[in-house]
Amino acid sequence: MSEAEIKDINPLAAYKDFRPSQVQLDSWSSKYVLFAEDLSVSFDGFKAVDIPCYGIRHGELRVIIGPNGAGKTTFCDLVSGKTRPSTGRVHFDRVDITKFDESEISLRGIGRKFQTPTVFDSLSTYENLLLALPGHQGWKKNLLERETEQDTHQILEILRKVGLFDQRNELAKSLSHGQRQWLAISALIISKPKLLLVDEPAAGLTDKETEQTADLLLELAEEHTLVVIEHDMDFVRRLNSTVTVLNEGKILAEGPLEEMEQNEEVMEAYLGR
Amino acid sequence: MIQKNKLIESKKAFAFLCVLGFIVVPALYYFGILSIGDINMLGRFMTFAILAVGLDLLWGYVGILSLCQFTFFCIGAYAMGMHLAHHGGPEGIVDANGWKIPACLFVVYPYDVGESSGDALVPGFWKPFWNLPLTIILGLLIPAAASFILGYFVFRSRVRGVYFAILTQAIAVACWLVFCRNEVKLCGTNGLTRFDVIAPSGSIFTLNPVDATADWIQENEGNSGMDLNQDGSVNQLDYSIADIGFSLSSPSVQLSLYLITVLCLFGSYLLCRWIVNSRLGRILVAIRDDESTLNFFGYKPYTFKIFAFCLAALLAGLAGLLYVPQMKIITPSNMEAVRSVLVVVWVAVGGRGSLGGAILGALSVNLLYNFLTSEQNIGPITWSPDYWPIFLGIMFVAVVLFLPKGLIEIVEKFTRRNRSHVSNKPEVLS
Repeated sequence: MSEAEIKDINPLAAYKDFRPSQVQLDSWSSKYVLFAEDLSVSFDGFKAVDIPCYGIRHGELRVIIGPNGAGKTTFCDLVSGKTRPSTGRVHFDRVDITKFDESEISLRGIGRKFQTPTVFDSLSTYENLLLALPGHQGWKKNLLERETEQDTHQILEILRKVGLFDQRNELAKSLSHGQRQWLAISALIISKPKLLLVDEPAAGLTDKETEQTADLLLELAEEHTLVVIEHDMDFVRRLNSTVTVLNEGKILAEGPLEEMEQNEEVMEAYLGR
Repeated sequence: MIQKNKLIESKKAFAFLCVLGFIVVPALYYFGILSIGDINMLGRFMTFAILAVGLDLLWGYVGILSLCQFTFFCIGAYAMGMHLAHHGGPEGIVDANGWKIPACLFVVYPYDVGESSGDALVPGFWKPFWNLPLTIILGLLIPAAASFILGYFVFRSRVRGVYFAILTQAIAVACWLVFCRNEVKLCGTNGLTRFDVIAPSGSIFTLNPVDATADWIQENEGNSGMDLNQDGSVNQLDYSIADIGFSLSSPSVQLSLYLITVLCLFGSYLLCRWIVNSRLGRILVAIRDDESTLNFFGYKPYTFKIFAFCLAALLAGLAGLLYVPQMKIITPSNMEAVRSVLVVVWVAVGGRGSLGGAILGALSVNLLYNFLTSEQNIGPITWSPDYWPIFLGIMFVAVVLFLPKGLIEIVEKFTRRNRSHVSNKPEVLS
């Protein structure tokens, strides 16, 4: 990636000097599916995230890394509506989503997987995915309509793909940690989001499971825009994509992983040298 | 699927209960084994069961612990109470507008300074309850509307868990204090009583006693000598004697009320079961498990919570409407905080998260209460009613310790043993 291109994604210096005009915003919006400007949030005076300008391109697979407390998850919270930013705006798919709540953002097409796999324990694997199906979120539909053959087919197909088919009628609480991770990812896939925020998909997985997860994400990346947050360097290497390094809420550097590993600043902040 | 097996079982159990409620109990009464008092008592306990079903939907499935269910129950009960008081007791005076002041209101009427007993008026908010259909609609709608307003603000601002429970408990106490006041013209701590008849024809087709009297004169033209005053007018006093309706003390009316209650109980049970087995039911359970995640699935959990809360309040109102004609009195003591907590105990003892369990819990705890709060001589032991709270406490602890799923667990074990040849393995979904 050339220097000009990096500047294009991350025009830090430029931003301080001018507020973007509508024309500018439009042009950024057409380039990036997700675009944040002047985004910051502070908790009790501590700035957890402070990103002047950041964009994710259409169809991109982006990995965000950074040491503990760098603001990776907080960034996800800001994008998905869990936390309201103190300043700044988030644009998604040409719409300013800063003021939307979680469910509205989700309906707009941002799917999220949390750090700890969040599944509904008292529902079966199958039912977990049933709830994630798009287009059934209003309550009248849920009272009167039953799932169609097509829905069932779709769910079972995904369960087969992630290897949870045999557990389809088991309650989610009886699944192992890895299976729960996969169930959470399946729920994300089935909701057909335009952008997937995947927070630490490999946390607590065995090596083999990690590999499988990476393959699954790579497969997903062919059709979706993905933002993956990860600690595990081997996992990141496997994804082989552009990496954004966050530190203390700020974007430290951006580029391919090999380049990052040679970056002095990054090594100091993240790899502890 | 596992659920399917469960459904079949509960269908069998349901049929069994239908037979029990509609045929066996009335037959026992017919053969003189149960007195009409017992039937009446069962009817009242079944209204409690309706209340418990509503709370179970709310607490067992959505995980919202509401400690003001008896308040909603009492709102329904007061609606019916006002209706019955309008048509009750021959004594009482007619106010300046031609409305008979209900006896229970008259004795505790809060006069302003300088007013004498002749100045008492039937308050405006009592008047809609003259009409029976309107009473039923209001008795259901007022609790539902109250819970909607409360739910909208509380669930929208994401108050949940124990904070919600404390809030509802506070509301229950506040309502109790309000209803105890004479000034609100709901008969203070005396409550509504002196009920006489239910569903006189005037109360069904007319909206006020003046019209009812006029109708009655028209119908009985030439044959109304005994009830006409000397000037040819009929006053409200005479009207209520003339139009008898159904006397609440007659056994056949009590039996009918019992049957209506059983019908309503099964109706509420079926409604709740239908909801629980629909997709909506899964969403409700998902809210119980992890509400915040559901937000990220594009759902708005608060709308579903409001729905469940309103439905539970509506069922509570229905229970209250059915309770009063059978109890023949409703006082604010039913609104005390402890009453609402008792509903939670019924559900917990019977089986939280199982609608049948809620019914079982409400009936068994109340029947036990009825039995153990009278003095019993069991062999050498004399059971004193004072022991009841201790017994209730021990029972609650025992159920929580040994039957975490409630009494329904015993029933389920029993039915499963009988059906052991049926495999419990989940059915394969193709």
